[in-house]
Amino acid sequence: MDQGFFLLFATVSVITALTVVLARNPVHSALALMACFLHISAIFVLLEAPLLAVIQIFVYVGAIMVLFLFVIMMIDMREAVLQRFLPGGNLPALALLCLLGIEMLVLVLWSDRISATAPVATRDGDDVRQLGTTLFADYLLPFEVASVILLAALVGAIVLARKEWE
Amino acid sequence: MIPLSWSILLGVVLFVIGAAGVLLRRNILVVLMSLELLLNSVNINFIAFGRYYADFRGQIFAIFVIAITAAEVAVALGILVALVRNKSTLKVDDVTMMKG
Repeated sequence: MDQGFFLLFATVSVITALTVVLARNPVHSALALMACFLHISAIFVLLEAPLLAVIQIFVYVGAIMVLFLFVIMMIDMREAVLQRFLPGGNLPALALLCLLGIEMLVLVLWSDRISATAPVATRDGDDVRQLGTTLFADYLLPFEVASVILLAALVGAIVLARKEWE
Repeated sequence: MIPLSWSILLGVVLFVIGAAGVLLRRNILVVLMSLELLLNSVNINFIAFGRYYADFRGQIFAIFVIAITAAEVAVALGILVALVRNKSTLKVDDVTMMKG
């Protein structure tokens, strides 16, 4: 049951990811990326991380994709839309990509734990509660640093996107 | 139960697709979207290994990756808006103001 759902969501997310890269119109790319993120969040649910699935939907589908669509709306897309995607146009990059994919596949498939199914350890109790405790106790400093980074990004985005001031 | 290797293979496939978008596409918006795809495929690996070893650190790092990604996208799109206002192009190859 789990495996069937995983295969379904993985197939759809790979197809939509290919659509992101291959689509000519950036709006189509953005919508395909949204579908891809939704299916990846479903995979997070299957991987027993429901909190991450909800965060994924909130942040990626809710915030980042709306940001992308707003920027697409703000700038004039007409000339950019007209360029075609040429996979053979950049041969060194294509060769590098094939090498990367083959290398990672070989490394994964040669691993002696490739057939391992059951986790080596199981956890019990309230997952989200334990996750929150770990995040706010052991990882408090990185959490605060992340919030400072978000504040800096907020200020930076406003300063970068405003009109030229004299 | 989902085997660990399935999630890793999904992460590999999505990573290669995202890298293809970054390296082969010439539209800045699509390059940024492919970057999101790359970071998301890494998140899948974090969560899969976190489940395999029953360790919360995988999920915590995934949360931090998502937060940093949000910051990165905000700054990148701000730069993009400023760029389009100054130079009116969306092609990566046209942006050579810094002689890169």
